[in-house]
Amino acid sequence: MFQVRFHGRGGQGVVTAAELLASAAFREDRHAQAFPSFGSERMGAPVMSFCRIDDKPIRTHEPVTEPDALIIQDPTLLHQADLFAGLGPDGYMLVNATRGFGELGLDEFVQGFHRDRLLVVPASSLAMIHLGRPLPGAALLGGFAALTWAVSLDSVLAAINERFTGKVAEGNAAAARAAFDFVRDEREALTDA
Amino acid sequence: MLKQIEGSRAVAEAVAMCRPQVICAYPITPQTHIVEALSAMVKKEELAAEFLNVESEFAAMSVAIGAAAAGARSYTATASQGLLYMSEAVWNAAGLGLPIVMTVANRAIGAPINIWNDHSDAMSQRDAGWLQLYAETSQEALDLHVQAFRIAEELSVPVMVCMDGFLLTHASERADIPEQAQVDAFLPRYEPRQVLDPGEPVSIGAMVGPEAFTEVRYLAYERMRQALELIPAVRAGFAAGFGRDSGGLVRPYLTEDAETVVVALGSVLGTIKDTVDELRASGRKVGLLGITSFRPFPAAAVRDALGGARRVVVVERALAPGSGGIVTADIRAAVDLEICTVIAGLGGRAVTRKSLLSLLQTSELPSLTFLDLNTTLVEAEVARMSAARRSGPSPENLLRDLGITASRIG
Repeated sequence: MFQVRFHGRGGQGVVTAAELLASAAFREDRHAQAFPSFGSERMGAPVMSFCRIDDKPIRTHEPVTEPDALIIQDPTLLHQADLFAGLGPDGYMLVNATRGFGELGLDEFVQGFHRDRLLVVPASSLAMIHLGRPLPGAALLGGFAALTWAVSLDSVLAAINERFTGKVAEGNAAAARAAFDFVRDEREALTDA
Repeated sequence: MLKQIEGSRAVAEAVAMCRPQVICAYPITPQTHIVEALSAMVKKEELAAEFLNVESEFAAMSVAIGAAAAGARSYTATASQGLLYMSEAVWNAAGLGLPIVMTVANRAIGAPINIWNDHSDAMSQRDAGWLQLYAETSQEALDLHVQAFRIAEELSVPVMVCMDGFLLTHASERADIPEQAQVDAFLPRYEPRQVLDPGEPVSIGAMVGPEAFTEVRYLAYERMRQALELIPAVRAGFAAGFGRDSGGLVRPYLTEDAETVVVALGSVLGTIKDTVDELRASGRKVGLLGITSFRPFPAAAVRDALGGARRVVVVERALAPGSGGIVTADIRAAVDLEICTVIAGLGGRAVTRKSLLSLLQTSELPSLTFLDLNTTLVEAEVARMSAARRSGPSPENLLRDLGITASRIG
């Protein structure tokens, strides 16, 4: 089982992102489960969502406390307590930020992990370019596909096109592609180095 | 057709395929997505139903009663305080023998106000005369609605389908959505036993005095006994028509040689199955009995499934203050075994495999355990209460001790 925890703020599409990931995995004939952290929904409040992916039916209904991957939609949450709780040394993390881990004050933290599994991607900027709104969810999923290969970019794009229509679908898909390329290049640079 | 779908949406699609003629809706978290989806279908004319936005839950059930008495297949959904607010009408629907189907998206009851899941709401209506069926997964929630209309209309009793709020209503899971033709073949047209018809006038709901009230209640008791026979038959019919095993009275999991059997209802069953598998792998003979039909309570089926056990652990998502476990009381009446009650998952507290493992590895459990109780927090408040008469409101005191500003994961 592959377990993902999303952190973001109310209004950023944190729940939608987890549902899109589940939908992408479903398209690959895998079992998936996505659910929100059940907080009181308020714009701007810290929000979590979860996604599990497995080859067999998923029976548990507990929250993800030991994630294989974290997706951080809002870098202003980075220094809140418990954000990284349960992430093991083999874990993945993708942060929506325009600055590197050094500037984010996480240089020491990332040393405990496989360096090529922890990356930043400017998902909000990519969303602004392609979608015209700073909604980073789709871009982060594109980047996530390149980071973990837990789902393919094609499945992410298909999930986006199923959920949205017209320009919103096009913009989100373009942002996801751009983030995929960005993360793939970053990973290759780290792997070569 | 297989879909990755939100639980509420899956239920809405199933309800729509049951062709309800009247849907009454009043929004309350975590039920709202279901009636929102149904209202959209009515608006788009995908569903030919009368959709009534009513002014309260009391009105929702009252309208459902009127509609059912006029011969319409009627549906509503609610949760928590909403169920309490309609309680008088809930009892009336059962007393009148009207086959309304209602989703209860299980949520805690205040005070303190809490929007998260437990079973206090449905349990508070345990004796209202409704059938109560509890879903383990989104798939089962969907399937139980189709079965609920069939059972309700055959017996002329109302049925509550209970699904865990948020845990199922807001979770995206894989579900097999049936074809309309399958549902049509399974669910015959509603033929009311009683109907308000100006052409053939009758009165429904007259006063009944001591001369016949006991007999009215006896007939209700008798219908519940019939339900115990009908529910397994509907499960079998459903399996034949849909190729899926859903519903029924109870669902045993690895109980045959089990020394300890856990009993539970709802979505926690999945988490417990994972826990049972892990305990089995370490050589512990543990099993699980899921109660799908809590009302009527299937005492004989429970007895059969628990017969060989040495110990029964009832995991309950509600509490009867001054008594203990609500489900436990029924289990105790059914079997003469050592029974331990575990109160778990109140007000949305996560029931984790880790806590269940540690619980079930304990050989001597007390008769009542509060799973993951923060005893330090409780003791601090108890100390405050003995130190000063005006110790203040306990919930706020506890939150202050925790330094809570936002809700946490578990």
